[in-house]
Amino acid sequence: MLWTTWDPWREIQRLQDEINRVFSGVAPTGRAYYAQGAPGVNIWASENDAIVTTEIPGVDPKDIEISVTGDTLTIKGTRKAEEPEKNVLWHRRERVHGNFVRTIHLPFSTDSNKVQANYNAGVLKVILPRAEVDKPRKISVRTGD
Amino acid sequence: MADKEKQVKIKKDESRPAVFAERTRDRKTFVPAVDIYETADNIVILADLPGADEKSVNITLEKDLLTLEASLEPESHEGYNLAYSEFDTGDYYRAFNLSEEIDRDKIEAKMKNGVLRLILPKAEPAKARKIEVRAE
Repeated sequence: MLWTTWDPWREIQRLQDEINRVFSGVAPTGRAYYAQGAPGVNIWASENDAIVTTEIPGVDPKDIEISVTGDTLTIKGTRKAEEPEKNVLWHRRERVHGNFVRTIHLPFSTDSNKVQANYNAGVLKVILPRAEVDKPRKISVRTGD
Repeated sequence: MADKEKQVKIKKDESRPAVFAERTRDRKTFVPAVDIYETADNIVILADLPGADEKSVNITLEKDLLTLEASLEPESHEGYNLAYSEFDTGDYYRAFNLSEEIDRDKIEAKMKNGVLRLILPKAEPAKARKIEVRAE
């Protein structure tokens, strides 16, 4: 998670989450998932906005729920399990399914009216513009008496 | 926004080594998670390939060796820095040895929302292989 001030406890919590994800996730993918199937996120930042991406293949876009309040982004969704007709013989079942939810704290407040989300080839991309009031202001220094 | 199901081309009997040779490009290769099940007529393979579309996926079937491959450009956004990361992107590779005879002309492969659906119909002689056991 991103935060503005460094908090060692949060750092430890993050490490714990990371370890849990490595050991509880679906190892063969190389891309670990949380035990409950909460997908990993990448956060890309620029001066004016942030892009949050997450890999959630096989989700119907209608089943993705995104909400933004201030500096918090929540992504909720359901990955439906494959339910084939009656008499099938399963060889492998590795794909993650079920509900997932991720809450991400952003380093700035966002303008929730301008948030855009795009789902393509199993990758969700959320573009979060920085709120006007939260943008850094340049303060010029004057020499004076 | 929703992906439509798209056809993926399958290359049959192309000669390729059975062992995984090292790649020339220095890029991570991931093993995609799969679901595989068998019905009376087909073997169905579902593979999670987020970020891949019908053009980047490569499927080859040589004798019994089925190979799934996809090469993707690593994720990057111009003008943005990666501030926090929980997953990596790269290529996909996974190969299976099929034990059943497959009817090669009727294989179907489709991509939707980053999931590959591969339907491998069993060949006729393989299907009718049930042997009845009678009591003496």
